[in-house]
Amino acid sequence: MTDTTDISHIRNLLTQVQDPEVPVLTIADLGILRDVEFVDGVYEIKITPTFTGCPAMKAIEENISEVLVENGIQNYKVRMVMSPAWTTDWISELGREKLRKYGIAPPSQSTEEHLKAILTGKNKAVACPFCGSVNTRLTSAFGSTACKALHYCDHCRQPFEEFKCH
Amino acid sequence: MNTTTENNSALFEYLLRLGDTSLILGHRLAEWCGHAPILEEDIALTNISLDHIGQARLLLDYAGKIEGKGRSEDALAYHRDARQFRNLLMAEQPNGDFGNTMVRQFLISVYNFHLYSALSKSADAELAAIAAKSVKEVAYHVRHSSDWLIRLGDGTAESHERVQQSINDLWIYVDDFFNGDEVDAMLVSQNIAPELNAIRPLWNETVQLTMVKAGLQIPQVNSAMRTGSRKGNHTEYLGYILAEMQFLPRAYPDAEWL
Ligand SMILES: [Zn+2]
Repeated sequence: MTDTTDISHIRNLLTQVQDPEVPVLTIADLGILRDVEFVDGVYEIKITPTFTGCPAMKAIEENISEVLVENGIQNYKVRMVMSPAWTTDWISELGREKLRKYGIAPPSQSTEEHLKAILTGKNKAVACPFCGSVNTRLTSAFGSTACKALHYCDHCRQPFEEFKCH
Repeated sequence: MNTTTENNSALFEYLLRLGDTSLILGHRLAEWCGHAPILEEDIALTNISLDHIGQARLLLDYAGKIEGKGRSEDALAYHRDARQFRNLLMAEQPNGDFGNTMVRQFLISVYNFHLYSALSKSADAELAAIAAKSVKEVAYHVRHSSDWLIRLGDGTAESHERVQQSINDLWIYVDDFFNGDEVDAMLVSQNIAPELNAIRPLWNETVQLTMVKAGLQIPQVNSAMRTGSRKGNHTEYLGYILAEMQFLPRAYPDAEWL
C-alpha cells in the first residue's frame, strides 16, 4: 500500500540524514536527495554523487538505510543517479546560511562563473564567514576533504574553509 | 556486426581512453603521497589523485555496462594487460621532480578541461553527466598546476630552467592527445564526442596564456612526436605501473574492500 503521504513521510525522514563530512548539512540542504518514488512495491531513493571520488557517498547510503530501517521501512533501495550532474548551485539558501554559521564559506560563485574564471585566470575573492570581509586570500585549493579549499582572512586574521564551487 | 554493436564497441573504446588516462594519472599522483615537498602539496596532489580515481571509476563502470560482458570497473582496472590500456602516453610518464609532475598535470588538465567541457554536451546523456561533473574538478587541477607553472617559471634561475626542461621533455607526447582515429570519427558523427581538431586551438590558447605569464617557451615542433595510445602502444613505463597496481587483485582475486 502506498500513496503520496508515504512518499512525503519518507522524504521527511530522509531530510534528517546528515552529510558525514559537514554534519551541519543534511542531504536535502545539499541537493543530494534527488527523488523518492514507489516502483513495483519498492521505495526507490534516488541520490546523486557530489564529487566523483567522494568517500562520503558510501556513508550517506548507509545513513539512509539506517534511518529507513529504524522507521520500519524495509522495502527500499538506494539508487545512484548521475544525470544531471550535481552542482553546488543546488545547495539551498538555508544550507548556505548553516555553512556560514559553522565557519565554512559557502561556494562563492556559480559553477558557470567558476569555469569561466579558469580560462581568464581571474578568481573572485571569497567572503570570510566570520567577519564578512573580502580581504581574503586562497592558501590552498585542496583541504581536508575533496569539497573544501583553505583561505585566510587578512581582516580578522583567521584561516577558514570554503565549500568549493562545483 | 549490426550498428548497435559497432556503436557500442566504439563508445566502449572511447570510455576506456578517458577512464584509463584518469586511472593511470591518478595512480602516478598517488606515488607522491607522503613525499611531496610540503604538507599542503601532499594534500593537494592526493586530492587531485582522488579526483582522477573517482572519474576513472565512473568511466570504467560505464564502459563495463556498455560492453555488456559483465566486467566491473575493478575487472577493467586490474585484469587487463598493458596493450589493452588506452591511457594517453603522457599520463604514464614518471613523476620526475615536483615541477615535472606539475607540467604533466598542467598539459593534461588543460586538455581534460576543454575535452570534458565539450563532452558535457554529448548526445550520450550518461557520458555528458560524468563529463559535467568531472570538468568542475578538472578546473581546480588547471588552476593549481597553472599557479605552480607560473611560480616555478617566474621563480629562480634554477626553477625556471628545470621546469622549462620538463616542458621540452614532455612535449613529445602532446600530439598523442589529438591523434584521433576511426573511433573518434564515429562518435563525432553521432555528436557523442567532439572533434579533436576543434579542441586543439582551445588547448593551445589556454596553455599559451599560462606559459606567457610564467615566462616559459613552447618548444619547437619536434619531428619525434610519440603517439599510439589509442591502439595500446605504450612507453616502457606503463608495464611497471600495472605490475604495482595490479599485483594484489591478481594475487588474491577474491580480495574485496570492506
Ligand atoms: Zn574575517
